[in-house]
Amino acid sequence: MSGMSKIVKTIAGITFPFVMIYGLYVIVHGHLTPGGGFQGGAVVASGLAMILVAFGSVWTMKKIKEKHLSVFESTGAIVFILAAILGLLLASVFFNNFLADGGIIFGDTVEPETNTGNINTAGVIPIMNIAVGLKVITGLFAIVLVMAFATTKMGGSKK
Amino acid sequence: MNYRKVVGISFFVVVAVFLFVAMLLSHQFGDPNYMQGEEINSNMDDHIIENSREETGANNAVTAVVFDYRGFDTLGEATVLFTAVAGVVLAFRRFHK
Repeated sequence: MSGMSKIVKTIAGITFPFVMIYGLYVIVHGHLTPGGGFQGGAVVASGLAMILVAFGSVWTMKKIKEKHLSVFESTGAIVFILAAILGLLLASVFFNNFLADGGIIFGDTVEPETNTGNINTAGVIPIMNIAVGLKVITGLFAIVLVMAFATTKMGGSKK
Repeated sequence: MNYRKVVGISFFVVVAVFLFVAMLLSHQFGDPNYMQGEEINSNMDDHIIENSREETGANNAVTAVVFDYRGFDTLGEATVLFTAVAGVVLAFRRFHK
């Protein structure tokens, strides 16, 4: 169970960075272009699943532990809820966008009728996008990794 | 005809009539602003399309709805994903060692 052939491994290693870059682009530019945390997270998790299929679940489980994925997923959830609760504390409404047009971080105002691609806008929306993206990446990949590893001889429940 | 058949057929008839009436009462095909020939108020989508840039600072109106106007829905989705991952990891965990 050491993965697929050398051809598949090479091609997966070549295409893996492009999948990562595209998925992270979709996450980070969620407030400017179509997409967002859920969609970009699904793209990145698909790339990681490609590595899992090509190199085998035992090799992948040695590189990435499932409990580390759980830590990252919980971090994403906590950041998401903390951003919402900060809206409750600072602006008196849960999920209030207290950073929009504030000039601190992500606080530039957008010009009407154009999309200049300024990433420093939209207040808490990019923060929530990144948190949800981290959560979706690690959550989906944890599901795939645990299910793939459970079907091997090392990970099965039989002794 | 036994009891279960009567209950099943009557339930089927009730649901079918409900769906047919709902189909007749819904919007005219392809026109979201008219219901049964009368104009209905659809202020919410116009408000979001016109004001989402000023209110949220986001160029993408869909993301503005998902993460700002309807943040509770996204919180529920994140909770559903978290629960699904926790259930799968729990089900496939190795119990022996």
